[in-house]
Amino acid sequence: MNPAQIRPHRRLNPFRRRSPLDLHPLAKLGAFALLCGWALVVLLPIYWLFVTSFKTPYQVDKGPFYIPFVDFQPTLDAWRYILVELGNDTLRPYVNTVIVGLSSAAIALVLGSFAAYALVRFTYSPRLGIIGLFVGCLAFALVAMTLGAPVLIALTAAIGVFVILAQTIGRRFRRSLGNSDIAFWMISQRILPPIAVVIPMYVLFQQIGLLDSLVALIVTYVATNLPIVVWLMRDYFAALPIELEESASVDGASAYRIVRSIVLPISVPGLVATFLIVLIFAWNEFLIALVLTSANAQTMPLQVAAQNATRGPQWWAMSVLILIMITPVVVMAILLERYITRGILVGSLKG
Amino acid sequence: MRRATTSLGAWRSDGAARWVFIWPTVIVILFLSIFPLIASVALSVSKLAFHKGGIDLTFIGFNNYTSLLFGSEQSHLLGLVKTPTLLGWLIFALGVGATIWAFSRSVRSGERTSGGLALRFMAGVGFIGLLWLFVGTTASVGGRPGALIVTLIFVGAGIALQVLLGLGLAILCVQAVPWRRFFRVAFLIPLTITPVGVGYMFLMMTDTSKGPLEPIWVGLGLRNWSWVTDPWAARIAVIIGDTWQWTPFVFIILLAALESLDQEVREAAVVDGASRWQTFRTITMPAILPVLSTIVLIRLIEGFKIIDMPNILLGGGPGTATQSLSLQAYIDWNTLNLGRSAAVAYLLLILVTLIATAYVSLVRPRATENA
Repeated sequence: MNPAQIRPHRRLNPFRRRSPLDLHPLAKLGAFALLCGWALVVLLPIYWLFVTSFKTPYQVDKGPFYIPFVDFQPTLDAWRYILVELGNDTLRPYVNTVIVGLSSAAIALVLGSFAAYALVRFTYSPRLGIIGLFVGCLAFALVAMTLGAPVLIALTAAIGVFVILAQTIGRRFRRSLGNSDIAFWMISQRILPPIAVVIPMYVLFQQIGLLDSLVALIVTYVATNLPIVVWLMRDYFAALPIELEESASVDGASAYRIVRSIVLPISVPGLVATFLIVLIFAWNEFLIALVLTSANAQTMPLQVAAQNATRGPQWWAMSVLILIMITPVVVMAILLERYITRGILVGSLKG
Repeated sequence: MRRATTSLGAWRSDGAARWVFIWPTVIVILFLSIFPLIASVALSVSKLAFHKGGIDLTFIGFNNYTSLLFGSEQSHLLGLVKTPTLLGWLIFALGVGATIWAFSRSVRSGERTSGGLALRFMAGVGFIGLLWLFVGTTASVGGRPGALIVTLIFVGAGIALQVLLGLGLAILCVQAVPWRRFFRVAFLIPLTITPVGVGYMFLMMTDTSKGPLEPIWVGLGLRNWSWVTDPWAARIAVIIGDTWQWTPFVFIILLAALESLDQEVREAAVVDGASRWQTFRTITMPAILPVLSTIVLIRLIEGFKIIDMPNILLGGGPGTATQSLSLQAYIDWNTLNLGRSAAVAYLLLILVTLIATAYVSLVRPRATENA
């Protein structure tokens, strides 16, 4: 098959104008040049990582050498060290990172999308009084615990008291918050720097007995990434035309059905972008992983940081680790990129 | 007003979905946030002593906070304030003038409630206070910015650059240019590298004798000049690294937003003779402003926690020139001064909460009202 016969114009001039909205060929050439410029800025450091991974310590130190075989004789030492000598010590964190990254991103995306949809289409009005009661009962439980009450009993008592109070005096409160306050509360959970929360987190997971486990990491990353999913998807859902959902609702579809078969399919570009973002966040998180894991559940960012040993940064090994760490994410971005394109269904919504 | 909150009510009043959709998220966040939040308050008002077999927690009240804000650690956190230079006074006067103008405008409009005006007044006072601190520490003779102002510089410059670059690249990438699919994936790459790794990578890149840019340094006659020892060069290096790393975040989300815009409206506008700039300003921009304002909020919150780049690149140096709040908390943490570390983190929490509240209630509504 000869592609030139199918799309002759495209072969002739990639800069030609294809629709009234399209740019003038010269403007297009300019845009192309700008994009190439930024691509250079982005890829030059990556190229440097790539060549550094084939250098010996001596070659790094005497540098800069740019082109393998021309400037310097490349070697596979660093790759052999990471993949063969360290072997399982590389493989285990690698598998952990993949498991933790994918599962936490998927869970956060599902839970967060539903919450975002709820915040866009339903109105909530949690009463200030109830929230106050909740905080009060929690304080009560904490005081009881510091005075020596067993954790389980204190918590059960506090929850019991809260439920009773909420059912009785809770109904008298009038002032309430709105959806935007809930959303703000969620995002505000990301403000505190991780350095302040890692020790309490350590104690928390120690109490539950989940230290050095993948579950602890997954739960933590789901919780820290949920606010991001909620905020990004909230804007996305708010921009959708409500007519399709309304007509589906009139036809008797349940809220769950509407989200699953109407809202989510037309939100694919937003979902894909959000998924990539939270996947990357979970994939790369360092400090929480450092504190919550010791041997079994270690993830790749710890391996990268560990290359800054007593002998100074091991640039070659670090380069190898970073490269093998970004490969799956980049492959996933290549596979998913096609979904971040014009919504196919936008036309059907006009009706 | 959001369409969301207005148009529901009659339809789909069955209660289950309302709660099933949102409770899992609320519970997960609550479960993992509430205990650390309380425990770190407790840490910030205590002094820890380590001894064999355990830790002693002694309650010391607000000592950690007072020493940071008024005591021995003040110059570390807030910096050294001196009389501003002429330029400093000029910037300060402009800032105060603009604040008073904005406030008087919202008073005269007569649309704001007294609560809204009070909020605006406090935001104005807070802004002027921060501006004074900024001018007195950076645009003055002998002044030195503390961690607070350094963080604000990183956040302000970083967000401005990232949003401009990310928006520009996203707009270029939705055009039908050759290789666009390659660009879209390539531009995402910096974000995929773990922040610690980006820090070390920039350490390699900025090395003036072994890094790939060495010929450029030599060519500029800067072989013997070390940017590491110049406070502003060091800060700019951190901002460049931060921008390199986070522009893809802005880019990818704006790309998704731009791609899901309705083409037909713009096509109709162009056919009717609207210029490219007009269609962008009146159709595209209002449609992506809500997303843009969310991105700015997220970057604001994340940016204030900046730590890896200044830490790995410069260790907070030269002196404390690139020490951000988060890095200061980390250094205290490393020297086992956990109380003070938690206090710094809490001051950061209070500051960012105030800024984010002001942003969400004053700036964001403007961006979302046209949507």
